[in-house]
Amino acid sequence: MVSPLLVTGDGTLSYGAGSVTLPRADAREGAASKAADLQGSFSLADVSVAYGRDRVIEGVSMYIPPRAVTALIGPSGCGKSTLLRCLNRMNDELGNVHVGGTITLDGADIMGRAMDPVELRMRVGQVFQRPNPFPMTIWDNVAYGPRTQGIRKRSELDELVEESLKGAALWAEVKNNLKKHAFELSGGQQQRLCIARALATKPEVILMDEPASALDPISTQQIEDTIAQLKDSVTIVIVTHNMQQAARISDQTAFMLRESLDEPAHLVEMDETRKMFTNPDDARTESYITGRFG
Amino acid sequence: MSRSSRTRKARTAEATAKVVTGAIALSVVAVAIFVFVYIVYNGIGALDWTFFSEGPRDRGREGGILPIIVGTLYLIGATAGLTLPIGVLAGVYLAEYAPRNFTTRAIRLAITNMAGVPSIVYGLFGLAAFVLLAGFGRSIIAAALTLTCMTLPVVITATEEALRQIPQDLRQASLALGATRLRTIYKVVLPAAAPGIITGAILGLARAAGETAPILFTGAVFQMRRLPDGPSSQFMALPYHIYAQVTSVPGWNRELIWGTALVLVLGVSIVSVMAAWWRSVQRRKVKW
Repeated sequence: MVSPLLVTGDGTLSYGAGSVTLPRADAREGAASKAADLQGSFSLADVSVAYGRDRVIEGVSMYIPPRAVTALIGPSGCGKSTLLRCLNRMNDELGNVHVGGTITLDGADIMGRAMDPVELRMRVGQVFQRPNPFPMTIWDNVAYGPRTQGIRKRSELDELVEESLKGAALWAEVKNNLKKHAFELSGGQQQRLCIARALATKPEVILMDEPASALDPISTQQIEDTIAQLKDSVTIVIVTHNMQQAARISDQTAFMLRESLDEPAHLVEMDETRKMFTNPDDARTESYITGRFG
Repeated sequence: MSRSSRTRKARTAEATAKVVTGAIALSVVAVAIFVFVYIVYNGIGALDWTFFSEGPRDRGREGGILPIIVGTLYLIGATAGLTLPIGVLAGVYLAEYAPRNFTTRAIRLAITNMAGVPSIVYGLFGLAAFVLLAGFGRSIIAAALTLTCMTLPVVITATEEALRQIPQDLRQASLALGATRLRTIYKVVLPAAAPGIITGAILGLARAAGETAPILFTGAVFQMRRLPDGPSSQFMALPYHIYAQVTSVPGWNRELIWGTALVLVLGVSIVSVMAAWWRSVQRRKVKW
C-alpha cells in the first residue's frame, strides 16, 4: 500500500490510510519567531522500518513540535518503541534493522552520513522502560554523559549534576548522598536518576519508552510531574500504554496501529491530545481510546 | 488405593529422595574434608621457620622450600601477567563484538577444545614451541607461556560469561548518552563484570599453580642453588618438587613433602576463598 504523499490545502498530510494534521504553517512560524532558540522539533516523512525482511512500520509522517510532550499510543507490537528508537538511531545498535524515509531534527537529516549517531544521542536523550542506572554512585551516573562529552572540570561537573538532578526533581532527596550507590535508591528514584542522567548532556529532546510502566502509582505521579516541569525546556516524546497517562501529560498524541501481522504498522491519526481524546477523526482511534480493543 | 495411603506413599518417597541425595552430596564434602584434614595432619609438623626461610639440603631430605615457593610465585605471576590481558580482551571480543558467523564459531570451538587438551600435551607443545622453536630455553617465560595456553580458555570463558550477564539495558543506556561502544565497554560493562572475571581468572590460575605436566619439560628443575633471577631463569615449583622427590629421591622425607603439599593447598585455598568472599561482597552491592 504505497501511495504518494499528499499535502492537502488545510495542512493535512495524508499517507495511505493514515492522515496527520500538522499545526498550521503560520502558527508554527509564529511560535518559532516568538522564541528563536526553540529547538528540538522532528519532522518524519514516509518513515519505514524493517527487521530483516519483516516490515514493521511503513509510511509514518509526522511533525513533533519543540518544547511539548508528544505521546505515541497504540496496542502492543504496533511499532511505537521502534519508531521512538529511530529518533536517536538506537535501531542501528540492534543490527539487521533498516530505516527508510526521512527524519530531520531541526531541519538536519539525522539518517545521513553527515550526522554522527554519537553526536545525535547527546542531543536526543532516552529514558528506558525499566530504570537502568549504572552500577556506580549517583554523582557518577549523572556525570557520565558530560564526561563522555569531554568535560573534566570538577566544578563544572558538580554544577551539571546539581542542575540535572533538580531538573529531574530528585535533588532534594539525594543532595546529601551524592556518593551513595545508585542501586540503593527506590525504583522511582532510580528512574528520575535516569532522567537526570539524560538531562546532563543538555539534550534538546528526551525520548521516553514507557518510563513509568515498571513503577508504583506514587512514583508514576512523580515522573509525570517531572515531565510536566521539563517540557518548558525540552521536547519530550513518550511511548505509553496508559491512555490516562497520555491524556494527562501530553500536548500531542499519535495513534499507531498494526492491523494484522501481515502488514506493517502505520500512523492512524495524530492531533492535539484534547481533540484525540474527545473527538478523534478516525473510528479506530475512538474505539482504541475507549478501550474497545488493544 | 485410598487417597491418604497414596499421599503417605508420596511423602515417604519424597523423604527418601531427600535423604539419598543429601547423603551423596555430603559424601562429596566428606571426601574434600578428608583430603584436607589428611594433608594438614601429615604436613603441619613440617611448617616452621626453617621450612619457609631456607633452601632444600641433602637433595630435599632436609631444609626448607623457600626457592620452591618463590619459583611458583614467579611462575604464576608471569602467567597471570600474560593470561589476564589476552583472556579478558578475547572475552570482550567474543561477548561484545563478534558477529555470528563461521569465524566466531571456529574461535569458540577452538577455545572449547583448548580446555579439553590434557596438560601433558601442553607440556610437549611448550617444549616444542617456546623452549625450542621460539628459543626461550627451559625458563620461567617458556613455562609461563605454556601455562597461559592452558589457562586462557578458562579466563576467556569466564570473561565472556560475566559480560553476558550484564543486562543489555545498561549498554543501551550508555550508548543512548552518546558513548561509543568502546567507552561503554570500559566504563560500564567491564567494571560491572569485574567480580565474575576476577573469580574466573583466579580459579584458572589456582589450577595452573598446581600443574606439574606443563612445567615438566619447559623450565622446572629438581634443584637450584639460588633463587630465580629473571624470566629466562629456570625455577623450582611446588607441584614439581613433590613429584621429583617422591619419584627420584630414595628415602624422601615424608613430613617435608606433606608440608610442601600443605603449602600448595593452603595457598590455592586462601586465594580462592578470598576471591569468593570478594565476589559475594560485590554481589551484595550490585543487584540486577
